[in-house]
Amino acid sequence: VSEKLLVEAVNDALHVEMERDPAVLVLGEDVGKLGGVFRATAGLQERFGAGRCVDTPLAEAGILGTAVGLCMAGWRPVVEMQYDAFSYPSLDQLINHVGRYRWRTRGKMAFPLTIRMPYGGGVRAPELHDDSPETYYVHTPGVKVALPSNPGDAKGLLAAAIRDPDPVVVLEPKLHYRTAKAEVPEGEHVVPLGEARVAREGDDVTLVAYGAMVPLAERAAAALEGEASAEVLDLRTLKPLDEGALLASVAKTGRAVVIQEAPRVAGFGAEVAAVLAEKAIFDLQGPVLRVTGYDVPYPYWQLEDAYMPSVERVVDAVRRVLAG
Amino acid sequence: MSQVLPADRGLRRVIGDGDALPDGEVEGLGADDLVALYRDLVLLRTYDERSVVYHRQGRIGTYAIFWNHEAMQAGSAFALEERDWIFPSYRESAIGLLRGVPVSTVLSWWRGHPAGWWNPADYGVASICVPIATHVPHAVGFAWGSSLKGEDRVAIAYFGDGATSEGAFHEGMTFAGVTKAPAILFCNNNQWAISTPLAAQTAAPTLADKAIGYGMPGVRVDGGDVLAVYEATREAAARARAGEGPTLIEAVTYRSAPHATADDPSLYIDEERVQEERENECVGRYERYLRRLGALSEEQAEEIRQDALELMRAGIAEAEAEPPGDPALVFEHAYGEPPPGLADDLAELRRILGQ
Repeated sequence: VSEKLLVEAVNDALHVEMERDPAVLVLGEDVGKLGGVFRATAGLQERFGAGRCVDTPLAEAGILGTAVGLCMAGWRPVVEMQYDAFSYPSLDQLINHVGRYRWRTRGKMAFPLTIRMPYGGGVRAPELHDDSPETYYVHTPGVKVALPSNPGDAKGLLAAAIRDPDPVVVLEPKLHYRTAKAEVPEGEHVVPLGEARVAREGDDVTLVAYGAMVPLAERAAAALEGEASAEVLDLRTLKPLDEGALLASVAKTGRAVVIQEAPRVAGFGAEVAAVLAEKAIFDLQGPVLRVTGYDVPYPYWQLEDAYMPSVERVVDAVRRVLAG
Repeated sequence: MSQVLPADRGLRRVIGDGDALPDGEVEGLGADDLVALYRDLVLLRTYDERSVVYHRQGRIGTYAIFWNHEAMQAGSAFALEERDWIFPSYRESAIGLLRGVPVSTVLSWWRGHPAGWWNPADYGVASICVPIATHVPHAVGFAWGSSLKGEDRVAIAYFGDGATSEGAFHEGMTFAGVTKAPAILFCNNNQWAISTPLAAQTAAPTLADKAIGYGMPGVRVDGGDVLAVYEATREAAARARAGEGPTLIEAVTYRSAPHATADDPSLYIDEERVQEERENECVGRYERYLRRLGALSEEQAEEIRQDALELMRAGIAEAEAEPPGDPALVFEHAYGEPPPGLADDLAELRRILGQ
């Protein structure tokens, strides 16, 4: 166990998994010599060579498309998309092929590829460096989605994604790349996909969050101390979703506030609310509220704090649910 | 390494016209090879013609016709080794027949039946790609990935002239050039993308000229001349195996059948040009060449045609004998380790279906 920043934990996972499995190959823009714009892939090219940590042309659809072919040639590619919104050109490949190819082969050929990318706002960046695109990925059949909220999970979920037989998108909260620091197990460390984590125990309301919203939910829970006892549920993976943990927590607290950074309409919070409506309606003592980004383009960074879910907005939602 | 130069805008050709234009020959092809190539052409032609009939009889769904594209498909596939991989578009739906994919499997694909899907590794034939040009990077990734492993495998991707307008073509070509992938990018330029003519697709003088922008050679070949296609593909494969990287082949023809069974080309196409093309269609051209060479008797040709018809009769019977797919197949195969909700959905569907 050693203390690591979240981005260092990502880097550690890549070193361990590439060491463990010679079929793992990292590719993306600037991942080699530079080690990635966030240094998530630093040291990989020196350690494993330019054939296993590949600097590609600046072409996201080409990166993901060639990764499909690499799978067919027996590789286990780990694709880096440099930023959240830069991944949109590759949605063509993701939707048309990555999520469907295994099915086309009647399950005979596996496409064990991992797409990892920094996501989310709050970092005072130019346009399209701040998006939360998880909904596009979760909505794509055949594709799994994980969002770590802390260094240990960043390592463990990425390892699970790389070892998984299916395509997995891992969205890493870039806001916390160098602000979150925690103890991370040395060597092999796997956090299974589909297991949520109770980040904080509570009795009155469940704050359902993932990725960068988990530390925010924890701060909101702390702010509510003395007023309400809030449980924080870190979903960790959106697909597969740990419905058991979600329903168990809400059965205990009777109330839920779902927090997501992405715009509201048809976002993952809506899915959580629908699951609760279908399977927990008699446990609920109030409406399921959502605290989300708004249905507008992610704003100029001088105004981004007004867009991002805040402790104040979460506390306000909790008060409304408790008053209901 | 061969120099990357603007494409020779003339079309490479081997087969003459039996008149002023003399026949050439391809070195290294023996009498048996020439007949084997004819057999491949006839199999594809028979598959295509029967499929249009099966569609009219309601036995297969909408079907993308490849009549007069057979020379491009058979000639190029003949130049490859068994270990090389083929990445077809829907226009090459039956190219797998040349690699042992059963007729019934391909017909099942057009029947929308689960039996129409196969494991690419069994035949070295990737799934039929429906979205345009998106399989170009797959072929490049496969070829590049194979060379990274030190394996001697070439990949060929087939696409049409319209596909060269897609971003996926551009990105695939870019990757092929940069990685020096042992790939062959094979464009069957039939000059129409449904109703859009080539002139509305590009301002480039030829499609082969595009190759220079990606740092690879571009070759133009008469797409109705199976031997010229074979020879050009064999050269491209040799370059690939020698570590010299990818080649773009532009095989030029003129689409002389509808885009698909649902298309009505009379609204847009030049009927006179179609008629001219049909009179000089590729299977007949090759057959006349073989006759001039004395390499194929009428009895042999008839036997080959009958064999192909028999394969089709057996294939459609087999495809139609497939039992209906189990609804469970809706839920299977998408994941290696499926999310738990899918099992609940299947259970619910079975309950409602009374199973």
